[in-house]
Amino acid sequence: MSLTNISSAEVEASSVAAEVETQRAPRRRRPGKASAPQADRGALSSADWRRPGVKYTWTTMHVVMAVILVVWGLGPILLLAKWAITPTMDINAHPLGWFPNGVAWSNLDAAWNDIEISKYFVNTLIVAAGSWVSQMIVATTGGYVLSVLRPKWAKYVNGAVLATLFVPAVVLLVPLYLVILHPPVIGHSLINSFWAVWLPAGASAFNVVLVARFFDSLPREVFEAARVDGAGPFRLFWSIVLPMSKPILGVVSVFAVIASWKDFLWPLLVLRDPDKQPLSVRLPAIAQSSDVGELMAALAISTLIPIVLFLVFQRMFLRGAGLGGAVKG
Amino acid sequence: MTTDDAVLRKPPRRADAVQQRTRTRNPLTWARGGGLSAVVFALPLLVIFGVFSWAPIVRAVVMSFQETNLIVSSWVGWDNFQQVFADPMLPVAIRNTAYFALLALIFGYPVPLVAAVLMSEVRRAKGIFSALAYLPVVVPPVVAVLLWKTFYDPSDTGVFNTVLGWFGIGPFAWLNSSTLAMPSLVLEATWAAAGGTVIIYLAALTSVPSELYDAAEVDGASVWRKVWHVTLPQLRGILLITLILQIIGTAQVFLEPYLFTGGGPDNATLTILLLIYNYAFQSLGGNYGMATALSLMLAVFLAVMSLVYFRLTRSWSAS
Repeated sequence: MSLTNISSAEVEASSVAAEVETQRAPRRRRPGKASAPQADRGALSSADWRRPGVKYTWTTMHVVMAVILVVWGLGPILLLAKWAITPTMDINAHPLGWFPNGVAWSNLDAAWNDIEISKYFVNTLIVAAGSWVSQMIVATTGGYVLSVLRPKWAKYVNGAVLATLFVPAVVLLVPLYLVILHPPVIGHSLINSFWAVWLPAGASAFNVVLVARFFDSLPREVFEAARVDGAGPFRLFWSIVLPMSKPILGVVSVFAVIASWKDFLWPLLVLRDPDKQPLSVRLPAIAQSSDVGELMAALAISTLIPIVLFLVFQRMFLRGAGLGGAVKG
Repeated sequence: MTTDDAVLRKPPRRADAVQQRTRTRNPLTWARGGGLSAVVFALPLLVIFGVFSWAPIVRAVVMSFQETNLIVSSWVGWDNFQQVFADPMLPVAIRNTAYFALLALIFGYPVPLVAAVLMSEVRRAKGIFSALAYLPVVVPPVVAVLLWKTFYDPSDTGVFNTVLGWFGIGPFAWLNSSTLAMPSLVLEATWAAAGGTVIIYLAALTSVPSELYDAAEVDGASVWRKVWHVTLPQLRGILLITLILQIIGTAQVFLEPYLFTGGGPDNATLTILLLIYNYAFQSLGGNYGMATALSLMLAVFLAVMSLVYFRLTRSWSAS
């Protein structure tokens, strides 16, 4: 469970989803917006760029901004990567020096094996995979009911799901903890069980809304054709709706994995056993007990997967940013 | 321009081929008409939301009027709320949280906007700019905090003290100083969050209709006047939303004070969420009633504030 409510990441994800949707189904534009053409230019026209004053001012500003962005966005991460293979004494004495006493590849080995980052890494993967499965099941079946099957009572469910978007997660913290401590039906505590993280992760109203909204945009004619051909609701769900929804399922998946990788407070509360803890929960404890070089190696290893995911799915994260051309499609 | 209204919008009413409305209320025709399968498909959502979202929300309200020691609960009326108000740490936590939110606005609100407006005019390698801006957002928050904790090393050889030392400034105690601790937290939080806002603004900027710029040019507007009179007004809807979202987010800040300082030094970084956490989960904690009472009050405050905010800005945000 992510203990932040509607975060900027979610607003962003929704804008990504909106892009995905308009690309998939260009017929269904929002009324009123349909006539407004996408900007193929910014505040500066080509004529502006030809004026020397404007050109030099803005080029200078862009260069300055590029430098700031490299220092701001890349600097700390490069420093982390460098420290991961720097002897502890050099990190302490010359934090910005260029390997005065050589490279300590041993940091990585010590972090992975001695302080057992490997174990916590696997735990993180388990937590992320389970959270992903539970979010996918709830969001796709729920979205299917709310958008496609749409029984009479769907509007009440829809309202109840939407309402949870407006409840700050902090309200849930203690009562949800008590649910995990004394879950209904099962009869024994789920503390120290991965289920304690997996199941609440499914209760993401944001995912349900996102997926349902995408299902709304799918052409009903296809559903009708499938029904005429004798497809029941299960067949329709599995063979028609899901395959047509790969873009949004990709978006939800990537954000689910990243969110679960980032989550800290909830796994801290329910996974008390160090052998079960994911990286984010374990790292602060490691920070207190191991030396700086090994800690930095551990931090670098923990950052690797999210950064790789970001680089691979960059377009998904940044869609709508530098992609004026792609959006128009 | 904004995406939130689209997300929260109701699904369109349209003739639905799959749905069958049977007029007779016969269970068998109901099941044949797809009623049963709808229930089956709704089950995961109903169970998961019921147990892990709806029930806990209701229980939060109930618990704030109860004293709970895990086995028995007894009604105590407004006692929990009174105890929270009697806690001398509450005003400290409110002050610190407000200070964090204010500093986060000063540090973090204008920066993404300026960056996005500049970046949207970049003509080559725009993708690299936005990727660089977004990179800190994908670093796991715990990693970011632990890394920055090293940057804030108060000795002469800490990263920030080294860099500032080149200019003859410092060294500073950073997290160990009760005056600098909070700004240090906010700086890291801004680093971690700004990229996401930049991307939102960049997306909004692509939907500014180009006719508006053309028209402004016909009227002889300079570049700065175009930015001031076209770009910014066109962004005001999303600007208003990111503002309230940022305030709601910073009012619930937990990770940074918990990991950087644990609320210290001298309670200078004790925030409301940290106080809630301490009530419920610290070694002497277990005071679930007080914790839920305080979290409910925070939630109600944020809800009322958002309502007032949207009421006040409604006329202004209509574009």
